[in-house]
Amino acid sequence: MSLKEKLVSSFMAFEDTVDVNSSVHDIRTEAIKTFEAEGFPTKRLEDWKYTSLNSILKHDYSVFPTIENDIEFKDVKKYFIHEIDAYKIIFIDGKYASHLSQTTHDGLDVCLMSAALTKPKYKVIIDNYFNKIAAKDGLSSLNTAFSHEGAYINIPKNKVVEKPIQIIHFSTGNEAAVMLQPRNLIVVNENAHVQIIERHQSLTDNPVLTNSVTEIFTNKRAIVDYYKIQNDKQSASLIDNTYINQKQESLAKVHTFSFGGKLIRNNLNFYQNGERIDSTMKGITIIGDKQHVDHNTLVHHIEPNCESHQDYKGIFNDSSTGVFNGKVVVEKLAQKTNAFQANNNILMSDKATINTKPQLEIFADDVKCSHGCTIGQLDESAMFYLRSRGIPEKEARALLMFAFSNNVMDSVKIPELKNRITKIIAKKLGVNIGFDL
Amino acid sequence: MLKINNLHASIEDKAILKGINLEVKAGEVHAIMGPNGSGKSTLASVIAGKEEYEVTEGNILLEGEDIDELAAEERAHKGVFLSFQYPVEIPGVSVTNFMKTAINETRKAKGLEDMPAKDMLKMIREKSELLEIDRKFLSRSLNEGFSGGEKKRNEIFQMAMLEPKLAILDETDSGLDIDALRIVANGVNKLKSKDNAVIVITHYQRLLDHIVPDFVHVLYNGKIVKSGGKELAHELEAKGYDWIKEEVDA
Repeated sequence: MSLKEKLVSSFMAFEDTVDVNSSVHDIRTEAIKTFEAEGFPTKRLEDWKYTSLNSILKHDYSVFPTIENDIEFKDVKKYFIHEIDAYKIIFIDGKYASHLSQTTHDGLDVCLMSAALTKPKYKVIIDNYFNKIAAKDGLSSLNTAFSHEGAYINIPKNKVVEKPIQIIHFSTGNEAAVMLQPRNLIVVNENAHVQIIERHQSLTDNPVLTNSVTEIFTNKRAIVDYYKIQNDKQSASLIDNTYINQKQESLAKVHTFSFGGKLIRNNLNFYQNGERIDSTMKGITIIGDKQHVDHNTLVHHIEPNCESHQDYKGIFNDSSTGVFNGKVVVEKLAQKTNAFQANNNILMSDKATINTKPQLEIFADDVKCSHGCTIGQLDESAMFYLRSRGIPEKEARALLMFAFSNNVMDSVKIPELKNRITKIIAKKLGVNIGFDL
Repeated sequence: MLKINNLHASIEDKAILKGINLEVKAGEVHAIMGPNGSGKSTLASVIAGKEEYEVTEGNILLEGEDIDELAAEERAHKGVFLSFQYPVEIPGVSVTNFMKTAINETRKAKGLEDMPAKDMLKMIREKSELLEIDRKFLSRSLNEGFSGGEKKRNEIFQMAMLEPKLAILDETDSGLDIDALRIVANGVNKLKSKDNAVIVITHYQRLLDHIVPDFVHVLYNGKIVKSGGKELAHELEAKGYDWIKEEVDA
């Protein structure tokens, strides 16, 4: 039985375990039909030309793991940004782990999707926002069909959330292979501000496939800073589908740090429904071996006077592959749009590959849109310069890579997070120098 | 300090240096002059350990030790410093952090602990004053958008920070106005001692008015064809290189 067949045939059983009478029952039922029709994407689709899911779909994944797992904080502390006080929504094999979490209902809702989907008091929000912007493609529909657990965050008007929110999905590998479908809903109301850090982390070498969907709504003048840390084991793969709907004068920024995992596909979509909106997406990808990271971005400029900024840096070692496909659509109404896109890559090995493709569809005539991609090697004259000052080859190379990705790090607003990312990068590059560039 | 014996070096099978002999003792200043394309910058790069050049014959001894096989950073750790003719722009790395990394990596190579931050700051302050460098300049990205003069001053600032035994200044005077030239020369003179040595590569006499050489060598077609005292530089300034070319080619 293929994974698709297995998933479709598991749907009934899944629905039995959750509340069949809930308002999302129809949405789920519709979604499984869509998934049944669409299936998993193949390379025949233009958007999937350079990324094949075949190698990760062949495992016999357990679709909804039943084994209860206990992990202790001390064993997973290193995956938290533990130096800061934060709200925490933590899951183990798709199940909420209360002992690792710190949720709240005190002036804001930082809690669970399972509660939001079933409790009457959240019904209005769910009716208004749930599955409203997620695409109706195979993968997002699959997630919707099995949507049950994840983070539910609702920030009321004018609330500036001082503490960042960390969402971490652990997988223990207690089952031979597991597929997870986390579903997050984040609503940031007028003038509110929130910072969110998301991470998916496998704890063993058993295969994990995560197909995550996050819907984010930023209302008028709201600010969202979202950070994704993708530094998983080589046995874990992630398909991240994130949809952000922005209202006027809101500011949404997503940083994606892709350092590990077997295959990562980021579908990051911004929809600008209002004027003077700013959408920013930045990423650093540093991978090696046979790792594969695919950034597929979309910014949909619908109304006038908005901006979007894309800045993705990639460093590819060994036989790794990178894909960047950045689509910018500027509707006829969206005059005075400023849309910038940059994708810079360094290939460290003859066997590494990067496929980079800007895709601009502009229907307005008074806009500023730019895109640029570069693919190169490390500058040898810069290497000699650094080495002639006593900086050894490995450290010199690392320093240049840090410098290369520095303008992405610049906009990370949480110092402890920045510090952690820097350390992860240093470890990845095998150097032990403090780069506070 | 430095002894170069019959040094031949080539790049992509093209011979550039064709038998250089040079001895530089501690406390001395040597000037190397010569027409364009004679191999001056190649000599500087080969001593500093640039890998693109292949030493095909001869050797380079630093304090009696053969350094031919050492990587650029190992030579730096032993006290070789090259002030670049064209310092490389490195966006994203500040001057201060570059220097910190360079100094601490050198200390690490010598088995020493990192320099305490307080000492580092003190040293940076002293040396930047010596080169009349604005402190704001130190937090800028290395050489990025620096004027020609700023780049060269920054090179000598790095020299001051690293305190090399052997400093090679490759056309440090090019791109400098007269004030910057004075500051740079003044910096070099203050760093000079009986324990270190300086090789100045230049086309022109004017730097040598400030950094007075003990010996002047003329490099032509990959060889040192003439050596003399500081008066040789004046003669070259007055007469150009043609008479030397004629002498050699005859």
